[in-house]
Amino acid sequence: MNILVCISKTPDTTAKIAFTEGNTKFDENGVQWIINPYDEWYSLVRAIEIKEKDPTTNIHLITVGGPEAEPIIRKALALGGDEAIRVNINSNDSYVIAQQIAAIAKQGAYDLIMTGKETIDYNSACIGSMLSAILDLPYVSLANHLEVNGNTATIQREIEGGEETNEVILPMIISCQKGMAEQRIPNMRGIMAARTKPLKVVEPVATNAHTSIKEFSLPPAKTGVKLIAPDQMEELVKLLKEEAKVI
Amino acid sequence: MVLIYIDHSEKEIKKSSHEAISYGAAIAKQLSCSAEALLLGTVNDDLTALGKLGASKVHQLNNESLNNFDAKVHASLIATAAKNLNAEVIVFAHNINGKAIAPAVAVKLDAGIVTGACSLPDLQNGFEVTKTVFSGKAFANIKIETPKKVIAINQNSFGIQNHELSATVVEMSLPIPPASVKVTNVNKIIGEIPLTEANLVVSGGRGLKGPENWGILLDLAKALGAATACSRPVSDSDWRPHHEHVGQTGIQIAPNLYIAIGISGAIQHLAGVNRSKTIVVINKDPEAPFFKAADYGVVGDAFEVVPALTAAISKMKHNE
Repeated sequence: MNILVCISKTPDTTAKIAFTEGNTKFDENGVQWIINPYDEWYSLVRAIEIKEKDPTTNIHLITVGGPEAEPIIRKALALGGDEAIRVNINSNDSYVIAQQIAAIAKQGAYDLIMTGKETIDYNSACIGSMLSAILDLPYVSLANHLEVNGNTATIQREIEGGEETNEVILPMIISCQKGMAEQRIPNMRGIMAARTKPLKVVEPVATNAHTSIKEFSLPPAKTGVKLIAPDQMEELVKLLKEEAKVI
Repeated sequence: MVLIYIDHSEKEIKKSSHEAISYGAAIAKQLSCSAEALLLGTVNDDLTALGKLGASKVHQLNNESLNNFDAKVHASLIATAAKNLNAEVIVFAHNINGKAIAPAVAVKLDAGIVTGACSLPDLQNGFEVTKTVFSGKAFANIKIETPKKVIAINQNSFGIQNHELSATVVEMSLPIPPASVKVTNVNKIIGEIPLTEANLVVSGGRGLKGPENWGILLDLAKALGAATACSRPVSDSDWRPHHEHVGQTGIQIAPNLYIAIGISGAIQHLAGVNRSKTIVVINKDPEAPFFKAADYGVVGDAFEVVPALTAAISKMKHNE
């Protein structure tokens, strides 16, 4: 089986969120970069587990970004990808990114294309769905369980207030979230092996962005907490009812 | 025309779609055009009543097989309907199914898309929509550069507006593509309020010391009619099920009221809940960072404060 795992580079979950150039650019100063946690912990690790069960599985990684994305993709290779492709373009437009991934996906006979449920920076949750439209493939999102048997995938996906089990004939696209797998730490052997695993750089296909970011802003700071004494819970209820008007 | 996709489950239209209709109606007013809704499948709701939310028409593809959600089939039908009806803006709720199909519809229509929108479009310099980014820690104004636009609106960010309309129901007929997904089992937790749809949420952290102590939190949630949630360490320790984990790597929620009990307020947790309208923090540590993000705070022992709060809520409800 051939799996394509989409890897995105995001700021660390504790990164300070600030903007520069008249609030039009994310301030990367001092930011630690990580693999988007949903891509790494759930999508990539599940792909590795599938390979551990069936060693004939090939795991290809794809990232869309400049050379600065390479440490991230090397880490993903150290965790267990077989080879990686970097499409050499930086874009904030989901459509441009999906077009680059689709162009690569068309060249390989992938049975499964896996993404995280969203990135933790732009939270757009677009790539999997866009790939399904471009490649005309089935798509199941927010999956927390995946088993593959022959050419059939059995997937559990989140629904409001529960879960649903889906069966899909491969090839397909799946977006992964918590429950799918557990976070792993790359071991020394993996890190050494990753140095020599193929990382191919390809130039982007031409495509027009559909959107552009005009300005970032930060939410207004809370005006300050109103403290209520622990023995004044009726007062708190009154405030929630009459001042905040939420109950 | 603004076309709003209506999502439903178990023959009932989702609350997030009610909000999406009101949001779409407000955009239609800005653009001086009509707001019309699109329903794939069948529901028990009175469709003419969607006029009260702002839809003048409801286009329905009346076919039971569409009650099972299939992202590929649904996206394809929505895109075809949007083309046939010449829709300029297509609105979705940014809920579970909306996330699965809105971007695919955008691709099929050559439309730019903003997901996680939290404002009406600003039409002064083209078509700009504000969305939440960095897991709710910031906002971005996104300009959609294409003639057609797709917007997925964050749940509980616009609200519902009342209109004096009665919607006309129009039956639509489209060839239905073969199913790509077979739904073999649905497992809904009965009697529990889905977190992403909840107005009120009560959440617990490691400060509650162990799963055996969750009773006080469940009692409070019951008295309020609230959904329950937890922090990441709690779900990682299997004190509570994974689907209750809210935070940057769990579920992001924006209820009207979020009550955090024994949660210190790490930045990753705040990212999942900071869009809540009102935050109450109960923690015995006055230095807990969560107090900085809270509207109301109680510095005290949860095992005393929470039962007292439950009693005060019950008393208030009793007097109503």
